[in-house]
Amino acid sequence: MKFMDKVIESHSGVTSTPPERVQGNVNRRDFLKLSSLLGAGLMLEFSFLGAGCSKFGEKSSFTPNAFIHIDEDGLVTLVAHKVEMGQGTYTSMPMLIAEELEIDVSKVRLEHAEPNEKAYADPLLGGQLTGGSTSVRGAWKPLREAGATARIMLISAAALEWKVDPKTCRAENGEVIHIPTDRRLSYGDLVNEAARLPVPEVVVLKDPKDFKVIGKPIHRLDSPSKVNGTAQFGIDVQVPDMKIATVSASPVFGGKIVKVSDEKAKEVKGVRQIVLIDNAVAVIADHMWAAKQGLAALDIQWDDGENASFTSESLAKDIAEASKGKAAVAKKVGEPGEVMAGSGRKIEAIYEQPFLAHATMEPMNCTVHLQADSCDIWVGTQVPTIAQGAVAKLTGLPPEKVKIHNHLLGGGFGRRLEVDFIAQAVEIAKQVDSPIKVVWSREEDIQHDMYRPYYYDRISASLDEHGKPIAWSHRITGSSIMARFFPAYFKDGIDPDAIEGAVNLPYSTPNVLVEYIRHEPPFVTAFWRGVGPTRNCFVTESFMDELSVAAKKDPVEYRRALLNESPRAKAVLELAAEKAGWGTPLPAVKGAKVGRGVSVLFAFGSYIAQVAEVTVSADNEVTINRVVCAVDCGIVVNPDTVQAQMEGGIIFGASAALWGEITFNNGRANQSNFHNYRVVRMNEAPKVEVYVVPSTESPGGLGEPGTSALMPAVANAVYAATGKRIRKLPIVSTLKTMI
Amino acid sequence: MVTLNVNGKDHALDVTDDTPILWAIRDIIGMTGTKFGCGMSLCGACTVHLEGKPIRSCVTPVSVAADKAITTIEAIGDTEIGKRVQDAWIASEVVQCGYCQSGQIMSAVALLKENPKPSDQDIDAAMSGNICRCGTYVRIRSAIKQAAGMGEHVSEGV
Repeated sequence: MKFMDKVIESHSGVTSTPPERVQGNVNRRDFLKLSSLLGAGLMLEFSFLGAGCSKFGEKSSFTPNAFIHIDEDGLVTLVAHKVEMGQGTYTSMPMLIAEELEIDVSKVRLEHAEPNEKAYADPLLGGQLTGGSTSVRGAWKPLREAGATARIMLISAAALEWKVDPKTCRAENGEVIHIPTDRRLSYGDLVNEAARLPVPEVVVLKDPKDFKVIGKPIHRLDSPSKVNGTAQFGIDVQVPDMKIATVSASPVFGGKIVKVSDEKAKEVKGVRQIVLIDNAVAVIADHMWAAKQGLAALDIQWDDGENASFTSESLAKDIAEASKGKAAVAKKVGEPGEVMAGSGRKIEAIYEQPFLAHATMEPMNCTVHLQADSCDIWVGTQVPTIAQGAVAKLTGLPPEKVKIHNHLLGGGFGRRLEVDFIAQAVEIAKQVDSPIKVVWSREEDIQHDMYRPYYYDRISASLDEHGKPIAWSHRITGSSIMARFFPAYFKDGIDPDAIEGAVNLPYSTPNVLVEYIRHEPPFVTAFWRGVGPTRNCFVTESFMDELSVAAKKDPVEYRRALLNESPRAKAVLELAAEKAGWGTPLPAVKGAKVGRGVSVLFAFGSYIAQVAEVTVSADNEVTINRVVCAVDCGIVVNPDTVQAQMEGGIIFGASAALWGEITFNNGRANQSNFHNYRVVRMNEAPKVEVYVVPSTESPGGLGEPGTSALMPAVANAVYAATGKRIRKLPIVSTLKTMI
Repeated sequence: MVTLNVNGKDHALDVTDDTPILWAIRDIIGMTGTKFGCGMSLCGACTVHLEGKPIRSCVTPVSVAADKAITTIEAIGDTEIGKRVQDAWIASEVVQCGYCQSGQIMSAVALLKENPKPSDQDIDAAMSGNICRCGTYVRIRSAIKQAAGMGEHVSEGV
């Protein structure tokens, strides 16, 4: 069974078997193959996984992953195996190909990839997913090789045409040039000839010093459509004869419908049908307003089920108790237990982090046209194959009869890794004759999110006489998202996401213990921007700050002294501190307190250090005034994207750090819309300065680490300002409970 | 029946008077550039202009717009300021996911129409009703300044 089949099964509640190794290496012979498509084009197919069958050539021994298509007009089409949710991947992926193919990146056309696990699996994730800050990291080599191979074959085709040595030719800006005579042929003129040539066994990639595209700021290819209203998100789909539906699911997870009185709803102008599924009611109407009015007019009687009395307080109590139980050891170096029991000075703390909603600006939505022998789905999803598999299972159709039309995502942040809203739309569609677009209200979106889980961390350290940690112990308790999402990766009681960022700290510490205890709330939880490292970075970097205080050392100096074995981490820390003016006094603010805080993160293959400056008012409102961020993410593909992802990641993290929490009473989420699930607005957004450390290392991921590093930097700044240590997020509500 | 004038064109719509302009535009007229975000006038994604003034179309009923001109993102580029703002948005590389940007641009255009040289405080006041979860605020601010001819940061993109 293939890896992703298991993931897809896991989304249908089927137990899976142990993992298969995900093959990252590529056999050149299998890697690339050219075939002629539609009679007039050069189709270059490539695979990250390197085995299987081609969908284009029957005798091939590989499967395509993404492909370049060059038509007779020289138009280059790239099938985007990653979805654009703001992170800039629609620009960075074409840049990688354009660099080696010698084309103008602005002339590349992009198409959304269809669901095809064999073809489009990410080498780092093992599936056709967009997430985990993997896109550039995973595609870095394969996409450049794809471009280089195509270029070599186009040059060979031209050389044959001219009867010259290919070595006397070069490619530039969509043309092959015969250097001695300056003869030129465009790529479009060469596609048929090139398609008949053998695939080169070896391609030599450019020396980075010769890069013309990579490392240069390239304008985002998706900007024009996003400033004039023509960009198509899932919610914008219009299908002939389509009706609009909106839903109300049981306000308590696990609850069910007892009875619905729909007389008044049916009287609403434009309401066509009321549909009941197991745990939700949908109103089908001519437009959203009618559907919303209809829903409001329903009298729904719920059976809240066994979670009717669930509260945040009960969860906090349960998880604290669970954290005393038996833990799985994720990492053990040296003799942490012995050293901790020894003569060093022991510091310990408990950290807690709340449930969080994703609150993407585009609420959950899915358009379905279910027919007897097919199902069309229009949606924005990070997981097209999981969506296809889930719909196939629900409808009984073979997967190839389920067509996923993927769209731009109006924010993902992990929410659109889930297919709950797609499955719900299909269940509703089973009872409706026409195509339907199911759109969740913002209230439904926040109250039926699949939340980032609540985590409870016990952390301790033993310091030597100089204040250096000689033992470090970190026990993490919380929900395992991996056990549900990637069951094959949950092994021996360890969730690799739950411990990521805790087991690979950049600091040198001789004795280390990291443990994990799985504790589940009564509903499923989900990935959220920054995943495990975001939770762990808050704990470890806040605690590192506590240690520096205990050691009576400056927080930057304290960390710096522990980073001798991690020069890249040390370099970003020094750069951030320098640019932030660390050590110089902040201007005083009348009636308020000011402070700076620092954090260091190594995750997603990138090194980040941040310095946050905050103002804490007399009534404990916190303003983040400025964040200085130094980043070493290896080779930079698009410098502007690095900057944008840091700015955006920091502001996303700021909302959660200051105010973000979903709490429960009587099994119901207390928050419902932006008035009580507060997010940063323009007047609250910090100034963000980003400094990049030049590097020749392979690219690291960038979509998430900005968010991860922000939370402890702000909490540490609040400590510097007030002397109050924030051990429970969000900061502001904790601050207000402290005397 | 209500007649809505959207971007200079009349649309006769068979809807109740309380129908928000947002849904009339999106679901009935079929223009999807204007976005749904919250339904409570909290996020600004649905911002359009009514007689040149920014309104939250998710809470403004069609009855309010009878005999008045609505302008949406689809036509704002036909105005001089609208075009300047869109160009500045591209030059400053503002967009990420892009979902909120229709509303952001409509709010920014309305600001610059009233106040051609806004201060940071003016920008805060005009733009803080528009939420961006991708966190593009830093660039929205610089794009507004650029569109106002007060440019600071301009990306060096090609």
